[in-house]
Amino acid sequence: MTTATLTADHGHTHGAGGAATPEHQPHHTTLGLDHRKIAIWAFIGSECMLFISLISTYLIYKGKSLVGPYPHEKWTDPNTGETFNAILNIPVTSASTFVLLMSSLAMVLAHNAVINRTGKAKWWLLTTILLGTGFLGFQAYEFTSFVHEGLTIKTNLFGSSFFTLTGFHGAHVTVGVLWLCTLLAIDLKRGLKPEDGLIVDLSALYWHFVDVVWIAIFTLVYLIP
Amino acid sequence: MATIAMPGRVEAAAPARPAEPTGVWSWITTVDHKRIGTLYLFTALFFFVVGGTEALVIRLQLMKPNMGIVSADMYNQLFTMHGTTMVFLVIMPLSAAFFNYLIPLQIGARDVAFPRLNAFSYWVYALGGVFITAPIFLSLAPNGGWFGYAPLTTTAYSPTLNIDFWVIGLQILGISSLAAAFNFITTIINMRAPGMHLMRMPIFTWMSFVVQFLVILAFPVITVALVFLLFDRFFGTNFYTIAAGADPLLWQHLFWIFGHPEVYILILPAFGLVSEVLPTYSRKPLFGYPVMVYSGILIGFLGFGVWAHHMFSVGMGPIADSIFSLTTMLIAIPTGVKILNWISTMWGGQIRFTTAMLFGIALVALFTMGGISGIMHSSAAADLQQTDSYFVVAHFHYVLFGGAIFGIFAGVYHYFPKMTGRFLDETLGKWHFWVFFVAMNLTFFPMHFSGLLGMPRRIYTYDAGQGWELFNMMASLGAFLQGAGMLIFFYNMWRSYRQPATAPADPWGAPTLEWTIPSPPPDYNFAKLPQVTSRYPLWDEKGREAMIQHRAGDRIPSAEELHIPMPKSTAKPFVVALFMTCMLASLIFLHVEGMATVGILATIAFALAMVGTLYSWLLSPLE
Ligand SMILES: [Cu+2]
Repeated sequence: MTTATLTADHGHTHGAGGAATPEHQPHHTTLGLDHRKIAIWAFIGSECMLFISLISTYLIYKGKSLVGPYPHEKWTDPNTGETFNAILNIPVTSASTFVLLMSSLAMVLAHNAVINRTGKAKWWLLTTILLGTGFLGFQAYEFTSFVHEGLTIKTNLFGSSFFTLTGFHGAHVTVGVLWLCTLLAIDLKRGLKPEDGLIVDLSALYWHFVDVVWIAIFTLVYLIP
Repeated sequence: MATIAMPGRVEAAAPARPAEPTGVWSWITTVDHKRIGTLYLFTALFFFVVGGTEALVIRLQLMKPNMGIVSADMYNQLFTMHGTTMVFLVIMPLSAAFFNYLIPLQIGARDVAFPRLNAFSYWVYALGGVFITAPIFLSLAPNGGWFGYAPLTTTAYSPTLNIDFWVIGLQILGISSLAAAFNFITTIINMRAPGMHLMRMPIFTWMSFVVQFLVILAFPVITVALVFLLFDRFFGTNFYTIAAGADPLLWQHLFWIFGHPEVYILILPAFGLVSEVLPTYSRKPLFGYPVMVYSGILIGFLGFGVWAHHMFSVGMGPIADSIFSLTTMLIAIPTGVKILNWISTMWGGQIRFTTAMLFGIALVALFTMGGISGIMHSSAAADLQQTDSYFVVAHFHYVLFGGAIFGIFAGVYHYFPKMTGRFLDETLGKWHFWVFFVAMNLTFFPMHFSGLLGMPRRIYTYDAGQGWELFNMMASLGAFLQGAGMLIFFYNMWRSYRQPATAPADPWGAPTLEWTIPSPPPDYNFAKLPQVTSRYPLWDEKGREAMIQHRAGDRIPSAEELHIPMPKSTAKPFVVALFMTCMLASLIFLHVEGMATVGILATIAFALAMVGTLYSWLLSPLE
């Protein structure tokens, strides 16, 4: 992997001749911001609509499942007499939420370390990655234990909308972890410098966004019965 | 309007313009927004022929009562693919051709913000288009309507692969539109030439800007709706399973929250093009420029609040019906403002009736007619009589054919010299226009009557004696006349291709930045960075002489001579697009008996290949 520069795909504002206008800045932009910064904000805006649609569907289907298990209350199967516990495990998910929140803190410290050249960037990046992976571990545990308790994606409307929503979020966390691993690899290879602040900033924006989405999911899906 | 000829400065030794790369490979690897725009244009015209042919078979089948040209099932595939093709593979990409070609030129930029992402968007579109179109040859084309209503499209009612192609195909095409939208938003926000603040931006760029926001906000919603459908079909979820308690309207709500903004995604670019064409050939600035901008933004904003007017017949209740009736009537106001502004632009102008101008004027007339029948539907009570009848078919063809397609043709005739350096023949162009205009009205006006007489949409045949025969015969004749109009247009293009390139920088005396540079522009666009001091710099008293960067006979220097760094050509965006399309396409195998394992393995293999090439792309420098 050639990690000399992580060059994103951005062109120049205009094609003024370098010789004719020596004062010409090759990367001059209208707002003075890097293109990638604007693109990621547009991307995040678009992602908001994605999660709004997923969360709305979950809420629309809340209480509409014809059979259990249910998220917040016990259910007895009238055919078999078998009883199923309320599915959601608030204490465990509170712990995983805490882990994800802490990963955002570590991300801030990683960005800070890059900007201020403290040399600790790799440790904070590693911490963020481990906390993110920890969150994914919690989710894997959660999913398998739900399946054990009798809830799959096919069981009822709750199962379909719950697994799809949280699965989509988990996929976003996975992408974020891969992105951070890439940054860590670059840091180990050549060291992230203050000029690389932007590429760290981009991943941080994405990471915080995914975190905020989780706060919304945790509140609307887990906490409100 | 010819530009003033300057004494020839052609040097004998150096060529008049830098050599353009040629060959198929140069097109696969190009990252130049102009060449990508050209690719979009020709690919979309190809699909226009495909979608048009589907329409002609439909019209042949409906020409007379009880025809048996195609089976009922093939008819379903034809009308589904006609709609899907025209919306996603023709009008959107034709607009994208103009976004690509014009936005950087209109704002004085060298290229878009992310040239390689731009190539990626095009290739995803082209490959996705092939993926969704090809199954028709196996009678496996999507057959659930362009709106794909679930639960009709769930496995219980549509067990075959037809709908799978539609679901996966639209996901692929959505990725293309989203990637392009992020790119254009960044380009417009961040790459304007000095002095071009927002209220000096050409109106086409403005309308494109609004459209990109509609894309990034509306497409995620249909993405989610399609994911649900895909999961229902492939993994047995219950999103659209009524027996499991699902809401039968979930799909309709999600689809139309996307679908109505989509209507503006289709029409606003054409509005933008016409707002460039009408002032140029009236030699008057656009009347009420700020109002045009604000009404465009307002249309985009209100467009998210009217979706349920597609659902008046599903029984939402009087309160929801009334609210969506009102919002729908409200959105007619900014649209009507645009019509009045165009008329006021022409009022008292020195009008030149070029082909582009004729198409532009026709848009104003035909879109108004489509708009008026639209106002009729906004009343829930009236809509109950009209919904699912040919009256609605007449309405949206006036809006999308009389509006979007006529606006796009106005743009094609107007910008053809800029894109190619060659003129389209005006006599042939006027033949094209008049044939099209007559044919369009002959096809779609009678549908108002057959609709009001009760002819339902999507029926594959009908019995005689219901008063529909004459109107259907007229519509069918009109459709074939439209085909004749297209043949004139293609002949005109072919003819101009054989002419020498003689177009000057500003052949029409138009006022904006794209007309200051050679036709066609060199790869770097602007040799000198333009300084913008007004909305119509070429119409300023002294602006014209100062702004025009190229005169007849001037040698066009190469980018190296000007020391302008250019992005390197690369096939990586194409390869990533190819792997991504293959990855999603492989999902089809999950539904083929005994091929599920193959499908999963292929999907994983293509996903790994895609990620690998994506890393290679992101880690290689642009220039
Ligand atoms: Cu609508």
